[in-house]
Amino acid sequence: MMLSQVSHGAKRTNRQLLAPILLRKNHGQATPNNSQLSGRTASFGFRTVPEESKVSLVNGVFDSMAPTYDLMNDAISLGVHRLWRNTFISTLKPGHKGPIRCIDVAGGTANIALRILDHARKEYGDRETTVEIVDINAQMLREGFKKCEKTIYHNTPQVSFHVANAQELPPSQFKDNSYDLYTIAFGTRYCTSLPAVLGEAHRVLKPGGTFACLELSTMRNPLLRTLYDRCSFSVIPLLGAILARDRDSYQYMVESIRTFPCQAELAGMIKDAGFATGGDHNGGAWRDLWGGIACIHTGVKE
Amino acid sequence: MIGTVGATACVRFSGNVVFNRTLIPTSRKFRSSSLLHRSSAYPGHIPLNPFENAFLTVGSSLMAFMDPKRGDMVAALGETTGGLTLPKLRDTMLDSPEGRRILKNRPRISSKTLDFGRLKALPDGTFGREYTRWLEVCKVTPDSREPVHYVDDPELAYVMQRYRETHDFYHALFGLRVSVLPELALKAFEFANLGFPMTALALGASFKLKKAQSDRFWHEFLPWGIRCGGSARCLMTVYWEERWDQEVRDIKQELGVWDPPAGLSIYSP
Repeated sequence: MMLSQVSHGAKRTNRQLLAPILLRKNHGQATPNNSQLSGRTASFGFRTVPEESKVSLVNGVFDSMAPTYDLMNDAISLGVHRLWRNTFISTLKPGHKGPIRCIDVAGGTANIALRILDHARKEYGDRETTVEIVDINAQMLREGFKKCEKTIYHNTPQVSFHVANAQELPPSQFKDNSYDLYTIAFGTRYCTSLPAVLGEAHRVLKPGGTFACLELSTMRNPLLRTLYDRCSFSVIPLLGAILARDRDSYQYMVESIRTFPCQAELAGMIKDAGFATGGDHNGGAWRDLWGGIACIHTGVKE
Repeated sequence: MIGTVGATACVRFSGNVVFNRTLIPTSRKFRSSSLLHRSSAYPGHIPLNPFENAFLTVGSSLMAFMDPKRGDMVAALGETTGGLTLPKLRDTMLDSPEGRRILKNRPRISSKTLDFGRLKALPDGTFGREYTRWLEVCKVTPDSREPVHYVDDPELAYVMQRYRETHDFYHALFGLRVSVLPELALKAFEFANLGFPMTALALGASFKLKKAQSDRFWHEFLPWGIRCGGSARCLMTVYWEERWDQEVRDIKQELGVWDPPAGLSIYSP
């Protein structure tokens, strides 16, 4: 199936053409391009890999996960992720001040984009709000495209799909100061450099525009956190093996939750990137969902 | 398969876990827990605690029932439920000279370890020739077997792997095709001969058979499997790789087995 609306904004992410295929068969074995090794490292779950490898490793994971991504989200969270996404949208209220231009990053399967458009349409009768869905992985965008085909937004200017790296959005396509809302849901922890992602978000947002991030985070209560850890490390990789025939990608997923910055740290990074945030507490710069299993961080570009 | 690398990917956990950027010493909290630090006993090994084992048993049996083509789930079910059977089989092998040689040499069966040219050149009626004939007719290769992941003891993991790899030899011995009915008949035979609970669970798939097939299965093939498998020598003690030149009918006589009723074999019309 041809993705006529997909634009390949970042050729660099596709430079290791064989790597995702090989990595799918040999998960976790990083194959960095030796001539460009910077010596910097990034976390890939509990492993430390050369920074240059993380993009292709993540791409490999999502090539495997794409066809069953939504099913697995439902299985792993028992459907709760839908509540979190709904809360994310109702917090942001896209369209309440008129039609807006949104960019939804790491939004491959269009879960957030469709919610944004539906909210604008149902709450405010808005048919002009647009969402540009950006993802580093073409397979995920393909799944999002298939989903959008079944909605009224298909073949309209309201939704479009772009392959690009959140850390290096091509400036010719994603110009400075052009978006009212930047969303990233459950994709931040897969990014190699958070400051780079936040920097790009800051660049492309208009002054006064909103940055919003929905992500799995750290549970506040230590007892519940231990229980949650045990359950997620036991159950999620097994669900991956049973439902998706892919234990490794889901093992990586649970590990990546643990290595991600906690709420206060992420709020600090958002502030450092030039966003105005609320206070350093739950209900201020961030809002915990379900005791901290998930969390919404917001900031406004000054 | 991906699982082979999975164990090494999750083993690499040393030093401290970082929560909220505060270092929590691993020694006190996680040393005895298998969930974050899984030490593997062999390549591809994924240790499971009792809860995970039970979870995988339920999940894999549901999945295998819904989609029997999920060979990895059938394999997983066999491993999670084989806990009591594997030691018994290993001990049976230790009691026989051939079985002891198998455990010592740990032969593997794959297209790399078998010399198909030599086997095809053997006379008709020999085990080697009939095995290659069966592979050709059924269009299978010896390489499609899932590696063992969930058995903790390396020797028992080998016994499980050996069972999985010799399953095709049992097919070839009776000339059984690879469709549902012959597979179920063989599962009944294996249950009686080897004792794996999973082989009995597999009989649950018989509910998907059409009426005519189901009748034949329950009245003819299942009784054959139970009687023949129950009275025969334990097939895990057979060193098949030493018997390529042997006549199939002589092997059957030696092991105390006989052919199933007509309708399952590649030799019948």
